[in-house]
Amino acid sequence: MSKELLRIDDLHVAFSTRRGMVEAVRGLTLTVEAGEMLGLVGESGSGKSVTGFATTRLLDAAGRVTGGKVLFRGQDVTKLRGDDLRHLQGAAMSMIFQNPRAALNPIRAIGLQIADAILTHKRISKDAARAEALDLLRAVHIRDPEARMNAYPHELSGGMCQRVMIAIAISCNPALLIADEPTTGLDVTTQKVVMDLLADIAAARGMATILITHDLGLAARYCRRIAVMERGRIVEEASARTLFSAPKHAYTKRLVAASPTATSRIEDLVTEEERERYATVVSKPRQEPAHGTPPLLEVRKLAKRFDQGSAAVADFSMTMAGGESVGLVGESGSGKSTTSRMICRLIDPSEGDIVFDGQSIGHVASRDFHRSPLRKDIQMVFQDPNESLNPRFTAFDCIAHPLMRLDGMRAGDALRQRVEECAERVGLPLDLLPRFPHQLSGGQKARVGIARAVACRPRLLVLDEPTAALDVSVQAVVLQLLDRLRRENDIALLFVSHDLNVVRMLCDRTIVLRNGGIVEQGESRALFDNPKTDYTRKLVEAIPHIETGEVLAAAL
Amino acid sequence: MTTGLGATMVRAGRRLLSSLPALFGVLVFTFLLMRVLPGDPAVFFASGPNAGKEEIELIRKQMGLDKSVPEQLVFHLSDIGHGNLGRSMMTGQPVLKDLRERLPASLELTFTALLIALIAAVPLGVIAALRPGSVVDHGVRLFCALGVCVPTFVSGLLLIYVFYYLLGLAPDPTGRIDVFTSLPLQRTGFLSIDFLLAGDFEGWWAACKQLILPAVSMALFVIAPLARITRASMLVSLGSDFVRTARSVGLSWRKVVVTYALRNAILPVITIAGIVFSTMLGANVLVEKVFSWPGVASYALDALLSSDYAPVQGFVLLMASLFVLVNLMVDICYGIADPRVSIE
Repeated sequence: MSKELLRIDDLHVAFSTRRGMVEAVRGLTLTVEAGEMLGLVGESGSGKSVTGFATTRLLDAAGRVTGGKVLFRGQDVTKLRGDDLRHLQGAAMSMIFQNPRAALNPIRAIGLQIADAILTHKRISKDAARAEALDLLRAVHIRDPEARMNAYPHELSGGMCQRVMIAIAISCNPALLIADEPTTGLDVTTQKVVMDLLADIAAARGMATILITHDLGLAARYCRRIAVMERGRIVEEASARTLFSAPKHAYTKRLVAASPTATSRIEDLVTEEERERYATVVSKPRQEPAHGTPPLLEVRKLAKRFDQGSAAVADFSMTMAGGESVGLVGESGSGKSTTSRMICRLIDPSEGDIVFDGQSIGHVASRDFHRSPLRKDIQMVFQDPNESLNPRFTAFDCIAHPLMRLDGMRAGDALRQRVEECAERVGLPLDLLPRFPHQLSGGQKARVGIARAVACRPRLLVLDEPTAALDVSVQAVVLQLLDRLRRENDIALLFVSHDLNVVRMLCDRTIVLRNGGIVEQGESRALFDNPKTDYTRKLVEAIPHIETGEVLAAAL
Repeated sequence: MTTGLGATMVRAGRRLLSSLPALFGVLVFTFLLMRVLPGDPAVFFASGPNAGKEEIELIRKQMGLDKSVPEQLVFHLSDIGHGNLGRSMMTGQPVLKDLRERLPASLELTFTALLIALIAAVPLGVIAALRPGSVVDHGVRLFCALGVCVPTFVSGLLLIYVFYYLLGLAPDPTGRIDVFTSLPLQRTGFLSIDFLLAGDFEGWWAACKQLILPAVSMALFVIAPLARITRASMLVSLGSDFVRTARSVGLSWRKVVVTYALRNAILPVITIAGIVFSTMLGANVLVEKVFSWPGVASYALDALLSSDYAPVQGFVLLMASLFVLVNLMVDICYGIADPRVSIE
């Protein structure tokens, strides 16, 4: 029954950059059978997206196929031109992109965009195309499709936009669908709904699908066969089960280890040699705070209303002891970032109070809080390490800045010593300090962000999705670093994340937020193992786990 | 769709209201500015250099200049409130009448110039963006640089030299129409339109011939910003994710470039076109002078040189109001072109 649909043979793709030609794909060989869903997994820069673009001929001007063939039904795609190419694109193979909102034309109604795709490949009237577009919106389960036909992308949620994107991609019944990180950036629950939809549609229409993702768990859940890419080559290709139970290649092993699962602990995520320094610290027991000491942080009935009137956060109360780690989870729009920003005193609450170490700070205006002596006790690590570092500051300047502003240090040897000490604490090699952010890797930038936050020895560190933009292997190292800092320095961590697996590992307690209110809270492991509310259960179930053998066997 | 348009209108109305204080400020500021400028209008408008003190005093009294400055301001404001912009000492006519006669000439010239500039700039920008770094791109860049570097009066004179003096293609560059042509019934004040409405095609052609050179010399100056903006925003648009989506489903090249890329790229061009239009209105005095165009800008300049207060004040008020109106138009166009705007 298996029929070969796509065969990529020794593909080489190179990009011309300022520093000459850079090979992104070097000798990739891969086959896809009709109707199967293949996972193409790798970290950023491994060339997986480039492979997708080369197959659909969407490489931008700087990229070009320098060798090899892409045979689609026996025809070399890389040599097609003009009309032949257009008949291929959309009609025979199509693609779904990572950022669904940006992937749709912002000023064209979505119904028209779907109709555009249909009219390109079918000779039918505009009304007929419109009717087909409406059917497609129904097929991707968009509620109230008639009204949505005239909607613009900004009026739809990210998950909705991705469904529209799927509708466009399947509009002409292609034989091959390439989904490039289709659910990255969506909430876990939305991610599951969208992926289920995609899998159902692909199965119902007999479309072969290549799922390009950095998330091993996601690939494992939906694909039978997975190919792992590293630096432009396939390093291992096996069934999902074999790959996880017995990875052969060293890179696959590291990737599998670094992917958090329902049972993994932070120390499991990295290989032996990276673990060494960590182990000595872990053994140090956490001292329990003496009975009767006041909590480090107490939040009372916090609320935030924005101009539109609806409450982003309402009636939020919590306490944190020194050195404790608390996770704040919820879907986007649940108010978790708003809450963390209020606690950091970056925005002002509308109601309620924040008491830090016995002092009420909720009423200090956020624009004046930088003068408060408590500013250096509450520090923040932001989501995107690229965006949150000043591009004109070197790593040294970034770390030195809070020391000079908050600790009143002057430029000199003492400052240099403190900065170097901070860099050492976060494992940032000292020779990287004179570099600018664009000269650092994602993981190194994350370390600079953390070093900057811990430079003034804060007692509370608020982390807003600190690992969301990082590869799993880097995430593993960063998580370990955070856990070590907490144990060494007794820093309390308030960890905002949508990644429940990470929260489960790092946090003692977890608070689940929905629509600005607390749904459930409790000790992390108990909460995740035994969710009390449907909402939490839905969140937990939506996490793509690397499933164990028997579940997969049942599915087969 | 209707709700979107409604929201745009509400927004536009709000904008109009919020610009009233600014207009008032302009009014007061110009008034005060004119008072501190050196020169005594009463002396200027007296019958001759030998005019006696009594005569000058009389004129001063007639013009209301014997009162204190705040009093004058109050009178000035109440006059404007009654729709009276004062009387020009130069022409002896009410300023409102003068402006009403001359404004259509300026507007016709500016609109035509802007239209020419847009028709030239948008395709140039698009072509340059489609082949960045190519010969075409550099050619467009050179052309734009030349357009900005050469002042309008120089390019105007050059155009006259080539098309009137050397080639004899253009009519003599004096005014909107040669004196022997009978004028059509005035409806819009735009000669090219009035001739058409009157069905006089010969006259229409004559008016267009007069119009084309000054309009082109003005357009040359503003093609550069418009083309550069088009190129830049077209580059962004072409590199965006939704254009990649359009390509991924195999849409035709035309559809990708025009419907997807250009329609998005044109949004900033609308804004810039509004700014350019406002600047042109104020700055076309040079062109009006070179081509003896009977517009408001040259009128205001003459008035300023002869310390004739009322026309200058009237002109500034007119420009400020036009500026507000143009911005309003831009807002409305933008609201129609971009569905995201009407949301807020």
